[in-house]
Amino acid sequence: MGEALLEVRNLAKSFGALRATDGVDLEVHEGETLAIIGPNGAGKTTLISQLAGNLRSDAGRVRFAGEDVTALSAPRRARKGFARSFQITSVFPEFSTLENVALAVQAHAGHSLRFWRPAMSDPALIEPARQVLKEVGLETRAGVIAANLSHGEHRQLEVAMALATQPRLLLLDEPMAGMGIEESERMIALLASLKGRLTIILVEHDMDAVFRLADRISVLVYGRIIATDSPDKIKLNAEVRKAYLGEEA
Amino acid sequence: MKTRAILWGAFVLLLAALPPVALELGQPFYLDLVRRIMIFAIAAISLNLILGYGGMVSFGHAAYLGVGGYAVGILAFHGFDNGLLQWGAAIGGSALVALAIGAVSIRTSGVYFIMITLAFTQMLYYLGVSLEEYGGDDGMRLRTRSEFPLVDLKDPVTFYYVVLGLMLLSIFIVFKLVNSRFGMVLRAAKSNEARALAIGFSPYPYRLAAFVIAGAMGGLAGALLVNHTSYLTPDFMHWTRSGEIMFMVILGGMATHAGPVAGAFAFLLVEDMLSAWVPLAFVREHWQLFLGPLLVLSVLFFRRGLAGIFGKHDG
Ligand SMILES: Nc1ncnc2c1ncn2[C@@H]1O[C@H](COP(=O)(O)OP(=O)(O)OP(=O)(O)O)[C@@H](O)[C@H]1O
Ligand SMILES: [Mg+2]
Repeated sequence: MGEALLEVRNLAKSFGALRATDGVDLEVHEGETLAIIGPNGAGKTTLISQLAGNLRSDAGRVRFAGEDVTALSAPRRARKGFARSFQITSVFPEFSTLENVALAVQAHAGHSLRFWRPAMSDPALIEPARQVLKEVGLETRAGVIAANLSHGEHRQLEVAMALATQPRLLLLDEPMAGMGIEESERMIALLASLKGRLTIILVEHDMDAVFRLADRISVLVYGRIIATDSPDKIKLNAEVRKAYLGEEA
Repeated sequence: MKTRAILWGAFVLLLAALPPVALELGQPFYLDLVRRIMIFAIAAISLNLILGYGGMVSFGHAAYLGVGGYAVGILAFHGFDNGLLQWGAAIGGSALVALAIGAVSIRTSGVYFIMITLAFTQMLYYLGVSLEEYGGDDGMRLRTRSEFPLVDLKDPVTFYYVVLGLMLLSIFIVFKLVNSRFGMVLRAAKSNEARALAIGFSPYPYRLAAFVIAGAMGGLAGALLVNHTSYLTPDFMHWTRSGEIMFMVILGGMATHAGPVAGAFAFLLVEDMLSAWVPLAFVREHWQLFLGPLLVLSVLFFRRGLAGIFGKHDG
């Protein structure tokens, strides 16, 4: 294997005395799906936010595609190929489903210093947006105002917006959170269809989904990665069972 | 959609028909009143671009009325009556001032943003007060209205139609802007900044550009206002002015195209009625006493602004 697409060294973040991220090292290779699991409050969302650039790290480095992106802001990282979904749905509530996705397409299309032509009738934005909606199964909901979507649809829209920026690295923070069985099943199928095409970091509590999707699993406890291994080995790892899986059973 | 087009059409026809009707009835006063209202509508339309669509609570929009007004007034004072020069200076000067204020204030948010825009405007207000040469506190008279080839602003009806045309142009420009890619970034960043950042938008330059455009339009309103009043004082920039313009936008309906216009008409008509028309002397004398509660009630009653009566928010 060549150089990793994402390389994280000694990443740290504290909130006061609390070490939410405590010396995290990660390597994710092109096309790989890495799942990050860990108990509530382990620091998974914090880590995702640091990777996406929403949260400044106290220490450590992040390299992406051979480039040091540690100092880059969230929008600059997004334009380099990072995309994230939020654990707590975060969309543009007043805009339609289609517009939400078209905005993400626009964000990827370069600068927006175009002052006159109506954006939302521009096929260059609308066509790719429709394509992505179809891919995530929201095409029939294109005209609905995002605030009026169901919870499950919000989760799909989160993923759609991430996909619409044509990312190289997808950071998904509990995409199945709060979903019913059927919806989860559809989301798993969607993520399975992305697997391999994209590099994915998946934070998820749904162990079934994790074991089906992940190539490797990292276990995060108190801001530290205590183990990284293949799904089968993680299942057998005693420390992991004690720290995490034991809790679940 | 259809109703809205009809309403707009009726509104424009009404305004266009006003001068001949008012003159026929021997009531030129109405011409003056509506012209003043339309000038404030332009200021409100420009504020709506940043406040309504951009979510930037600028509590200093009167600054541009002042800069625009002083640009015209000072040039006229020194004998430059050319309207293109005067209005160009008003628009350009306001754009520059907006660039400076925006560059600093847009880096902040919330209460800080409100305070910084207010502080800058107070600074300009005191600058106006200190300009002894141009009348200081008392202000100065505009010798003559801006002079243009072909168009004579000294004719009140002509001036009225110029203001009407510029108001409609302002509405159209803001309409085009907020639906363009530029406007989508502006509105997205207002709607959900974290999400806007996450998909790759850097809002700062777009917000600054909007701020400058709004300032330039405010400067145009200032140039019109000084021509309308023929008198210029630092009160153009008084913080209560900023408050009134902001109120017009909120009363009319933020992030709607009709809102700032409806708000300007409602606010200034009610003000005028209370202070001059109401048949009770007590109310006329203490009209401010009655305006306040009316404003409070209207905001409580029309949550989404007057424009909300006619339908949903438009983009
Ligand atoms: N902005 C913040 N300020 C202070 N403390 C924070 C902040 N964000 C997170 N924390 C704390 O940091 C720790 C890690 O939080 P984080 O949200 O990253 O956990 P998580 O692994 O995503 O948990 P969950 O499974 O519940 O989503 C928690 O103890 C949390 O309370
Ligand atoms: Mg979390």
